[in-house]
Amino acid sequence: MSLFLQQVVGGLTIGAVYAFLALALVFCFRSTGVVNFAQGEMAVFSTYLAWQMHAWGVPFFLAIAGSLGLSLAIGAAVYWATIRPLANASHLAVVGVTVGLFFCFNSLAQLVWGGLGKDFPQILPGPSWRLGPVVIGRDTASIFLLLGLTLVALYVFFEHTRLGLGSRAAAAAPVQSRQAGLPVQRLFLLGWGVAALIGALAGVTVAPELGLSPDMMLLTVIYAFAAATLGGFNSLVGAVVGGLVVGVGENLAGTYIPAIGGDLKVSVALFVILLVLLVRPSGLFGRPEAVRL
Amino acid sequence: MRPVAGFRIPGAAQAALAAAALVLLALAPLQLNSYRTGQLTSTLVFATVLIGLNLATGFAGIISLGHGALFAMGAYTTAVLAHHYGWPYLATLPVAVLSTMALGLVLGVPTLRLRGLYLALVTVGVAICAVPFFKRFEWLGASQGLPTPPVQAPFGLQAEQWVYYVALFFAAAGLVLARNLVRSGVGRAVRAASVNELAASTYGVNIAWYRLLVFVISAGYAGLAGGIQTMHVGFVSPDSFPLALSLTFFIGVVVGGLGSVVGPLLGAVFIQYVPVWSGEIDPSLSGIVYGVVLIVVLLAAPEGAASIGPRLVAAFDKRPLAERAEPRTS
Repeated sequence: MSLFLQQVVGGLTIGAVYAFLALALVFCFRSTGVVNFAQGEMAVFSTYLAWQMHAWGVPFFLAIAGSLGLSLAIGAAVYWATIRPLANASHLAVVGVTVGLFFCFNSLAQLVWGGLGKDFPQILPGPSWRLGPVVIGRDTASIFLLLGLTLVALYVFFEHTRLGLGSRAAAAAPVQSRQAGLPVQRLFLLGWGVAALIGALAGVTVAPELGLSPDMMLLTVIYAFAAATLGGFNSLVGAVVGGLVVGVGENLAGTYIPAIGGDLKVSVALFVILLVLLVRPSGLFGRPEAVRL
Repeated sequence: MRPVAGFRIPGAAQAALAAAALVLLALAPLQLNSYRTGQLTSTLVFATVLIGLNLATGFAGIISLGHGALFAMGAYTTAVLAHHYGWPYLATLPVAVLSTMALGLVLGVPTLRLRGLYLALVTVGVAICAVPFFKRFEWLGASQGLPTPPVQAPFGLQAEQWVYYVALFFAAAGLVLARNLVRSGVGRAVRAASVNELAASTYGVNIAWYRLLVFVISAGYAGLAGGIQTMHVGFVSPDSFPLALSLTFFIGVVVGGLGSVVGPLLGAVFIQYVPVWSGEIDPSLSGIVYGVVLIVVLLAAPEGAASIGPRLVAAFDKRPLAERAEPRTS
């Protein structure tokens, strides 16, 4: 029983990281209509920026804040330079550009910082707490704290600000929004910037767990896709619930199903994606996409 | 992807060019050392994958980011049959094609009936899962991979020359087959659907079925190429098929020229030789070259490298647009 509970807590912890990256994906999708295959690699790059500033002697939290700010700028710049010119292009061109960004960010990190892992400090260092038979690390607590704050902030932004309303409108119907006088390009710019910022948060919270390396997010991103698919690609709450479910499911499957074990846990993510697409393509919390012909 | 207006090589000249290229390629291994021959073999193997991927992505508009995993499926099928059961290589190739088509069917059925990027998502997932999957099973050689028996070359050829000719034969046959498929009823239906889904379905085209068909055929190409790759390399290992390989195939087909007949060949040359050349400077440079070239192509010349020649000719063509020959879209 205590093994089960401990695996659930472990699953929730890693699930919160998936949820974070899924939030970035869903935020980007909801505010610009693009599925960014490079989101994970951009997050790794942001994490390296924080590591580098810390290594240069900047205090840890200031380094993280600096990296978040830079990520916002990088996300916006990337949008402006590579996605904006494709406004009327096909899905394929946009996906292609994000694949190109994937290679650029991954190789750039490799080129600048090398392939070897770096140690990344814990956000809340200190001893773990015991809750009955279960050990809860401070990293778990810090991830959940950050995740909760981010979710609340995003919820308020989308549901209770004019900017958020405009942002949703621009993604749902760019042409009509422009006709209604919304600065669609600038809203998309903001969307990409904030998505990159959320990705950076995901990066700095996961880096102490996984060790910072250029390929750190390679597996995480498929879990995040699974989380976003399960929750529904246009639901923020769905992304978080999806992330937690996928994290716990993956951990339990790895522990109790011998054929999966520690190595094949990633197949759980793929299985979740296929299952959701077969049974309920819009996800648990998503609204089915309706198109007027 | 529409051909550039006002330029088309006449049919006879096309046939002559193709014949000349084929003769040149057939003579190449007799002149080159085995290292260069090997590079050409792997270019032809890549070309076979890209011809298939071009059917899916270029003609049907299906985005697959997991053809590396399909390629791996073919490679492992051939390796298992040759290593465990001692099958001759050529006999393994049909099985490699069929097993990969079956995998394509499993991936295509849940995704291709949906709009949007779901196939891209699922194929990325498969590409990521491939490496840990192959590592998991002792029977598949786990992390070390499976060695396969040496190739027995007929006609007094050296092994690498024989594998080269096998690769050349299947790449050429695959190209002809793809060209005919695109001009058939299937090709028309698929292109119609990729241009305007609604119009096509109004005319009674069962879009989901045709997309599935084309994706499965495209998977067959990847499986065939994978089988030949095993012959060429002489072993399979999980780390030869990372996500980056799948994305590289995607890059090859886009940079070469989507929907063009020669595009996959140019793309194959690109993805074979960029890592060789840039690797001399820094191993991680090829990723940056791939990424930057892909983005620049998509932004500046979405029809890819295959359109550069026609674009140049069109640019120097002084006749008014209306007088230029109307290009056929097939």
